[in-house]
Parts: sequence; structure tokens; C-alpha cells
Amino acid sequence: MKLNELTLKESIDALDKKEVKIEEIYEDLDQVYQAKNKDLNIYLSVNKEALNEAKKASQKPLRGLPIAVKDNFCTIGLPTTASSNVLDGFMPAYESTVTKKLKENGGVIFGKTNMDAWAHGSSTETSDFGRTLNPRNIEHLPGGSSGGSAAAIAADMSIAAIGSETAGSIRQPAAWCGTVGFKPSYGRVSRFGVVSMASSTDSPGPLTKTVEDACLLLNAFAGPDERDATCNVEKSPDFTSFIGQSIKGMKIGVVYQDVKEIGETNQKLLQELNILKELGAEVEIVKAMDPHHAIGVYTVVQRAEVSSNLARYDGIRYGKDRSFFGEEGKKRIMLGTYTLTKGHADQYYNLAQKVRTLYLENYKELFKKYDILVSPTSPSYAKKIGASLDAAMFGELEDMLLEPSSITGLPGINVPFYRDETSNLYLGASFVAPMWKEESIIKVADAFEKNTKWNSWRNK
Amino acid sequence: MSVNNTQVKHIAQLANIPVTEEESVKLAEAFTETLIVVDRLKKAGANKTAITHQVTGFKNILRDDVVKPEQSFTQEEALANAKSTYNGFFVVPYVLQNKDN
Repeated sequence: MKLNELTLKESIDALDKKEVKIEEIYEDLDQVYQAKNKDLNIYLSVNKEALNEAKKASQKPLRGLPIAVKDNFCTIGLPTTASSNVLDGFMPAYESTVTKKLKENGGVIFGKTNMDAWAHGSSTETSDFGRTLNPRNIEHLPGGSSGGSAAAIAADMSIAAIGSETAGSIRQPAAWCGTVGFKPSYGRVSRFGVVSMASSTDSPGPLTKTVEDACLLLNAFAGPDERDATCNVEKSPDFTSFIGQSIKGMKIGVVYQDVKEIGETNQKLLQELNILKELGAEVEIVKAMDPHHAIGVYTVVQRAEVSSNLARYDGIRYGKDRSFFGEEGKKRIMLGTYTLTKGHADQYYNLAQKVRTLYLENYKELFKKYDILVSPTSPSYAKKIGASLDAAMFGELEDMLLEPSSITGLPGINVPFYRDETSNLYLGASFVAPMWKEESIIKVADAFEKNTKWNSWRNK
Repeated sequence: MSVNNTQVKHIAQLANIPVTEEESVKLAEAFTETLIVVDRLKKAGANKTAITHQVTGFKNILRDDVVKPEQSFTQEEALANAKSTYNGFFVVPYVLQNKDN
């Protein structure tokens, strides 16, 4: 077994027991990087100082282990492009809080990963630097927008990874690449130094091989930050303390959305969830608000916030001018501008924010009865390359099942629940908890992962 | 709700995005397609519902009003990525013009 195939937890344990040396892990990782990165197009840039930094971090919680970071986190000394030509070659003068804390805790940035340009998409096909391929099956897309980070995990081209989610951008690529993806509550992790997209929903989070790894990594960068006024000022819990806990007596609602495209995935998920009953949880089907309205809410709110956030790119202080925006960026900025213009704000923006309230109320009702909710993450398997092109609403439709929890800021986690033997592609389950109740989904996702055969690292 | 390419060109001007004639036609189609989906929100029954702008409910989260040099750019850092500088300033396009330029 190659050392780049170790999980984060296994790597830490092996280093502590002196069974492996950090140099050996980097050596194996470098080999797979050299062999595969050109074809898969996962990393846009790599940190040439990684091993040197790692050697200095051996006593810290993450032991100097290599972490892939999405290219929308500002990093001193490494370019930060958000996969857009506008920021091609941009070297930030400051560090994002997430990567700053990551480094303080002994994480080393191995490289910066490809994404949909500006995180506008769910395919990693709208990157100005070429699409990333799904390592599980290279005829398919990795999903997005954190597709590079998800692919880095699936290809064992990193020990763990960091992404960001606005509506599905961590969980959906995790589902398509057969990895774990954890979007914490909005405000649990600082957005400072993340290229802004939709400020009212942007949430950084881990993409990893196991649920436990996600908790280990989240511990390194979650928590208050005075430089992000939307951050929770309370200290985060130790997320790893919820690993290996009993789920006996927990009430789990299966959100069964009766939508044609999801039918088969719903059936497969229901079957797999039986294990949770065996472990003592109560599992029942529940009806939730139609997810189609969430598509509308997200589309309006996201475009509006994008038009405002991306107004700063004028090519004067940094980056290139506005003619360098790609097709998708132009589309979103302009539609957002339209929905905020006089006469349209009530019709679109304010109405969307009202429907957002309806989703909050719906969740409030559901969580009176259930500890967590579960549904498929994505309607189906990873789509083929090219699928996102010329589809105006590609991402919104692919992320339909995640948008309700995104616009309401709830924590959610994706774990693989099925693998198709012919295509080697995965389906993912999305567990969602009330605001700040990450512990509930960690307990259930961890129990599910350990008691089923679908995690490819636990079941080699 | 449909959008035509004349409207698209007006939006492009507001958004400061250069758009060609050909692009404006394509964008008008894409906007119309998207707005059809968005228009379904009218059927969600939310007319009398309150607006949600943010989901955490936090109010007035402020830090102490003190200057922290480590959190500020030096002039050199601030100008490091600028396309054009002059005597330690950003060079910006003209907004006002006089007769001579």
C-alpha cells in the first residue's frame, strides 16, 4: 500500500508510532501527483516548500501532513485564482483565516485545487484553466465547485482537502467522487480571505476520506474570528469527540422528495438506511417542502450577492479587467444586477428572501420531531464530461436536494452509500442537522460509514 | 418573464461587463430560461412572510476599535498587485475630463 492512500487519522497514528516518516508520505504523494495530475487536472499550483514546512510541524496536531486547498482561499506565497483568468497569477498579500489556522495546527498546503471559476458551478467544468476529471471514472465530471479538492481525495493525491460551499459545492463533488464532504453551519468557519461569492451562505469545510478525518481537519480551522462579523463567537466543540458514539434512540427523518429523476436513488438509499435501524435509531420517511422553490431562492440570492461581490474586480488594484470574466461569471453578475434593479427587487430579490423564511420555518417544524434529516446528496451519479455546457441551470438542478439546507445555513455531511460496479461511480447520502448541531450528523454519518461497505478507504 | 437583448445590453452597462451583440442574444435566452424557473417562486405562498437576510440571528458582532498593524497592509503591499502606479498611488481611469485631455 502506498502511503498517500492513508487516511488523515491513519497517517497521524503511523507517524506517532514511528512506523513511517513524513518524507515517505510526501514521496508517495509526489509520485501519484507526477503520474496523474496532468491528465486529471486537479492542482493548479503546488507548494514547492511543502516538505520543508512539514518537517517543522511534526509536533503540531496535523503533524505536517499535506492538505489540498481549493484555489479560492487567499494564500501568501501561492497564487490564488478562483480558477478565473481575472485573477490569473494573483499573489495575495494576506492569508485566509482558514489556511492561517490550518498552518498553525500543523497542516501543510500541498497545492491549490481547481474549481468552477469563482465557484460558479457544480461541475468544475467552468474553470478557465480546464476541467478536472473524476478519478473514479475519467469519462465523468467530479462535480463542483470544489471538484479539484474532491478529486484530490478520490485520487489519493492528498491526505485531506479543504473546499467551500455556497449551495452544494462541498457535498455534491464529494458525492460524485465517493468521498466525505462536510459543510459546517454557516458562521462556524470564518470566510475571511475566501474569494467572496454569496456572502450569506458561503461556508468553508473539509473534504476527506472518512468522517473522522473531516472532524480532525475541521477542528484545525473552525471557530470564532474577529475578522468575519458573521462568525459564531462561541468556541467550536471538539468535533472528534462525537466519533464512535451510539446512535440508539436518535430520530432520523428520510426526506423523500417524489421527483422523477431521484426515484431510483431514493430507493437505493432507503435500503441502505436499514442499518441505522439495526443500530437503534428510529428511521421514518418524512415529507419536506418542495425543493424546487429552493432552486429559485438560491438562484436569485446567489446572483444578487455575486453581482455585488464581484463588482470589486476592476483590474485597478489587482487582477485583470472585467473583459476577462468567463461566460458563466458574466451571466451571473448580470442576472444579479437585473434582479436588484429598480422595479425588479421586490419581484425577485425580496420574494426570494421571503421564500427563504418558509424553508427556515419548515426545518424548524421538522426538527421538532427529528434529530437529523437524510436524503440523497445528488439526484444521481456523476454526469459525463460536457454535461454542464450550455445548460443555464445545470448546477441548480444538480444541487436541488442541498439548496434548502444551504439557504438556511444548516450543517450537512455527505457520505458514500452506494457504488455502481460497472461505472465505478458513487452515490452519496446527505445528513443534515439543526444549526450548530454538527454533533448529530457526525454521530450518524460515522456510524453509517463504519457499518456499511461503501467507504473505499475503510473497505480496501 | 422574458428578457430581450436590448435589456441585456442595458444590464451589461449597469454591471460594467463588456458584451458583444452575439453574446447579448445568447444571454437574453439564458436569462429568460432562468427567470422561468425563478418565477415559480410566486407560487410558494410567501407574500405575507417576513424577509430573511441572514440565518444566524447574530446582531452587531463587533471587535474592539483598535488599529492592528499586523492586520493592515503597508503601502507597498497594497500596491503590489496594481496594474499601474504613480508616486505610491493607484493609477485609475479618468472620471472627469477637462478640455485638454
